[in-house]
This record gives sequence, structure tokens and C-alpha cells, in this order.
Amino acid sequence: MFDLDRWEEIFETIRKNKLRTFLTGLSVASGIFILVILLGIGEGMRNGIAREFEQDASNLIFVFPGVTSKEYKGLNPGRRIQMKNEDYNQILRLYGDRLDKTASLYQNWGQVLNYGKESGSYAVHGSFPAYQELENMSLTAGRFIDINDLNNSEKTMVIGNRVKLDLFKDEDPIGKMVQVSGVNFKVVGVFTDPGGERDETRAVVPITTAQRAFGGANNIERLYLTLKPEESFDAAVAASTQFSTELEAFLKERHTVAPDDNSAIHINNYLENAKRFFTLMDMMRLFFWGVGICTIIAGVVGVSNIMLIIVKERTREIGIRKALGAQPLSIIGMILHESIFVTAIAGFLGLIFSLTLLEFVGPAIETQYIYNPTVNFTVAINTVVILVFAGALAGFFPAWRAARIKPIIALRDE
Amino acid sequence: MIEISNLHKSYKMGANKLHVLKGINLNVAEGELLSIMGSSGSGKSTLLNILGMLDEADEGSYVLDGVPIKNLNEKIAAKYRNKFLGFIFQSFNLIGYKTALDNVALPLYYQGHSRGERMDRAMSYLEKVGLADWAGHLPNELSGGQKQRVAIARALASDPKVLLADEPTGALDTKTSYEVMDLIQEINDEGRTILVVTHEHDIAQMTKRIVNLKDGLIIEDTVVSQVRALENV
Ligand SMILES: Nc1ncnc2c1ncn2[C@@H]1O[C@H](COP(=O)(O)OP(=O)(O)O)[C@@H](O)[C@H]1O
Ligand SMILES: [Mg+2]
Repeated sequence: MFDLDRWEEIFETIRKNKLRTFLTGLSVASGIFILVILLGIGEGMRNGIAREFEQDASNLIFVFPGVTSKEYKGLNPGRRIQMKNEDYNQILRLYGDRLDKTASLYQNWGQVLNYGKESGSYAVHGSFPAYQELENMSLTAGRFIDINDLNNSEKTMVIGNRVKLDLFKDEDPIGKMVQVSGVNFKVVGVFTDPGGERDETRAVVPITTAQRAFGGANNIERLYLTLKPEESFDAAVAASTQFSTELEAFLKERHTVAPDDNSAIHINNYLENAKRFFTLMDMMRLFFWGVGICTIIAGVVGVSNIMLIIVKERTREIGIRKALGAQPLSIIGMILHESIFVTAIAGFLGLIFSLTLLEFVGPAIETQYIYNPTVNFTVAINTVVILVFAGALAGFFPAWRAARIKPIIALRDE
Repeated sequence: MIEISNLHKSYKMGANKLHVLKGINLNVAEGELLSIMGSSGSGKSTLLNILGMLDEADEGSYVLDGVPIKNLNEKIAAKYRNKFLGFIFQSFNLIGYKTALDNVALPLYYQGHSRGERMDRAMSYLEKVGLADWAGHLPNELSGGQKQRVAIARALASDPKVLLADEPTGALDTKTSYEVMDLIQEINDEGRTILVVTHEHDIAQMTKRIVNLKDGLIIEDTVVSQVRALENV
């Protein structure tokens, strides 16, 4: 609606009350500003976490057994569950088409490794070639154990960087022999682990060799499985949750564990954890919205108050207008128009300012938890809708008051 | 033009009721220039406000130009005021931040005329009251007499059937009062019905008929021979 006179009037009152209009506008502008910044940070946190999980690529499912806590089929609680190679092979047979990378682990704590005069106590992991990727290890020298090592039960060994520093100092370890329990292993590689020092105090050997050399029989301690990639994050979460459930049921059945016994088989599903993070993030974003909206409401109350004062000050004028034939609707329109105008202008300034800030400062933010904070178009549009609505809300009460003023009373107002 | 009978009005004052109008009967024909006199507090303004639909009577009937005025809501009252009535107040009641021209144009805005037409017509009424040169001035740049002329121009702008003036000269000195009365007489000469509330005898003598109000009743209603204001300036 383009009504020149009404616009003229609005500018007139604004000009008469510059400071007051400015302060009112400021409260709305800062409300919008805070809302947009909060939403931007919320998005940034989500991006940050998403990136974190992407890096780990961890759609990893990690299985380790525990101790039963419930009596089942005549078996007493307190029974330790021991997985065997056959568990692993069965799983590959049953679920192989859904699985991407797999490894089982037979581990030995506190094995003494000797090289020349140097020795130390380390964990020796017997596993598969895929173990490298599943555990996120990167090689600094040589190679990882491969399928030939496994098939031939070769006495090859990949050592963590800490082990290398302890036993070899500056010496090149590749091709050297390390003794474990009287068995000679040939060092073929050195790895580092993002997990840090502790994770580098291990050595990895083929599982076949380990089971034979350390009397492990067919025992395995852990399973590492990843699923084939899915189209979307949500699909991946769904597939992974589904698989975990099936796997749990399978293992419980196999080891005669009560279906509701939660301490015998532990299945750690990284994607579900990620999902939990994302749910938390979504709740935080909701919270940010809440805080932002509250700030805007505070602004709206401010504008509403100011408009009430304006109406009070203009009571006589409203009386005159009514005496001259102004309809109540036209008075309402006049007040609403002004408040919507003030909130809209102020809000847009807040919006533009905050968007500019996000645009230029956002990409510079590079912390672990916030990455590329942005506000998408829908959110911007929503904010604008909120703005206009806020303006109307702010104007409604004062306008309603103004329209109800009786001309006779208004004209007597001094 | 105006027919009222048995008009009552009382104000609630806490628990008490102040009976201000106690049965007013009055007929005003088209083209009359009538003054309502009475001491302060006798109910002159109350009567005029009811005639102006700014207030409502408790009892009695009121017919304006053949239209019965009853069960008014704000919307209809606003329409009638705009169509039938022009107001002139003692305190002028101009809008402070609008120029003389814009003030005069305001009733035309509420009649829905285009901006151009509003300005043309407002200007011609300002000319009529002799203030064409002051069109762009704000009210606080005008003298009391000039303000009242602007108010008269504004009251005329919507071409109303009846002009209602509540002590139009109450805030003016004698000379300026007479000038304003001269303008009012001129407008009446053109045939417009005008009611003037006043408590000044000399002003009342410049109308054609004097209605005297006392204790909420009309105690006297006389036709007088009009004194032309111009002769006294
Ligand atoms: N809104 C009102 N509420 C209460 N009393 C009123 C109101 N308006 C007028 N009065 C009273 O009614 C009486 C008549 O007032 P008014 O019509 O203004 O008198 P006049 O114009 O003749 O001086 C006065 O006693 C005045 O105090
Ligand atoms: Mg009075």
C-alpha cells in the first residue's frame, strides 16, 4: 500500500523523535543481530562436528565381549564371553555383502620386546591388514602387514613410533629383528597414531602368527567392522543401527547370552554416537533460536512501549483526526504502519550487519568446534517474516488503544 | 436542518450522577446563524458535542438533515462527522507538525480525495480566509487569529451541512474576535448553517438567534437583529 500522506506522517513523527526512534530501532536491530549470529554459530558448530566425524570416516562398528550378568538357559551369570576366529568368519560369511573393511584382533598386553641391549614392555596386536585404516594409523616408514604375511603366518611386525624411539633410537628399524618371547620378528614398518603416544606403544603382527606364537589358540578380543557407504548420513545411520542390532542378536545367540543382557556383548557404533552429537547439536540450535526469539520479543516489547507513549502523546491529535472524520481503522493503520516501518528498517539493518559479519569473519573462524558459520537463505527469509510479524505485534496493542480513544476525551487531553 | 427533542445527558462522577442536559428541545433551520449562550458549566459544550457526534445523548432524539442519529458506532460517527459537520474549537486544534495547507486538506484526505484535488481545494479555502500566503507555515508561526482562520478553512473544506463552533473567539482579543466573526457571518451569508457557543454578549449579538441555556434547560430563545462584525472592527 503506497499512501504518500501516511508515509509523510511517519517520517514526520520519526523526525520529531530521532533519539527515541533510534533507541527503539537499536533494540530490534540487536535482537535480529543476535538471532542471526547465534544461528550462524549453531550452523558452524554443526559443520564443525560433521567435519570432525567425516575425518574419522568412522562408520566403524566395534565389538568387544564382557561378562554375562543374567542367568540364561541354565548358564550362571558371571561367565566371561570369549570370541573365536569362527565368530569372525561366520560374520564375514553372513554379512559379508554389507561389510566394507573388517578386522579381528588378538592382543597381548605387556609383551617384552628386545632389540640388542634395548628392551621394553608393549602391547602386541595380532590383526589384519585392514587394521591400519580401521585404527587410523599412518606409516612413517616401510609397510603394514599384508595378506601374504597372514596367509603364511610370517613373523613380520609393524611397530609404533614410541617403540621405534625406545628400541632403535636414531637407527633405521626396517628389516631388523625384534625378539618377543624368544620368537624373532622382522620389523617391516613404523606407524604413528592420531590417538597419540599411548597408541604408539604397540606393535602389530599378523593375527595368525600371534595366535600361534603367544598361545592364543583361536581366541580373539575384538572385532572392527565398517559398512559399505550409503547415499546420505541418515541412511548410513539407519543401516549401521540396523546392522548393530542384527549383529548383537547373532552374537548373543551364538554365545548363549540372554537377549536383554547388556554386559556380555558390547557393540560400539560410532555413527550412532555421531547421530547423538547431531541430535545434541539440533537441540542446541533450537535453544539458539529460542534465545534469539526471546531477544526479539524484548525488542518488540520495547517498540510496543515506545508506540504506546507515542499514542499517548498524540492522543489530542488522534481526537482531532477523529473529529475530522478519521475511521478507527485508519488510526490503527497509521500506528501499525509506523511500528512495522521502524522494526522492519531496524531489523533489516541488524540482518544486513550480522550477515556481513558472518560473510567476512565466518570463513576466518577455524576452531575445532566451529567451522564455516553461515546462515542459509531459508533462515534469512524466516527472520524477515519474524521481523514483519514482530512489527505488527509491537504496533497492535498501541494501535488498538489509539482506535478506542473517544474523540471527546482525546480533545480534552492537554 | 437540526431537530432535537427531549435530549438528556448526565455524567457519572463516581457514585454521583451529574445531570447536565435535562430535556433540550431545539430546531435549527438551514441557513441559520445561532448562538448558544449560558454561564460556564451550563452544558453548552456538552450540547454542541452531542450535536457533533463527539459524544452521545442518554435520551432523546436527534435528526440531522433528515438522518436520525442514533446507535452510533465509531465507524458510522466518523463517516457522519466527515460528511455533515465542520468543527471550530476555542483552542484551534490544529495539528502542530502540519502546515496550514496540510491541516486544511486533512478532512479531504478522510473523504478519500486524490492528493492533487486535496491541495487545490485546501488552497482555495485558505484564499477564502485570506491566508493563501501562509499556506506553507506551521501553526506555531501563525497568530491566534490566523490559526482560527486556518481552523475555519479546515472546517469548511469538507463542505459540511453544519458548522459547529465552540467559543471560537474565546482565546482571541476583541479586534481579532470580530474579524473571525466577520468571516463566520460571511460564510453564513452564503447559506451555511452555523451554531456558535459563546458566553460573550457582543459575540452573540452578531448571530441571528440566541438560545440561552441554564441548569440544563433552554430558558430563552430569541431572534435578534444581527450586528455586523465589520462595523465594529
Ligand atoms: N466528561 C465529563 N465528565 C464529567 N463531567 C463533565 C464532563 N464534561 C463536562 N462535565 C461537566 O458538565 C458540566 C457542563 O459542562 P460543559 O458542557 O463543558 O459546560 P460549558 O461548556 O457550558 O461551560 C460541567 O459541570 C462540567 O464539569
Ligand atoms: Mg464549554
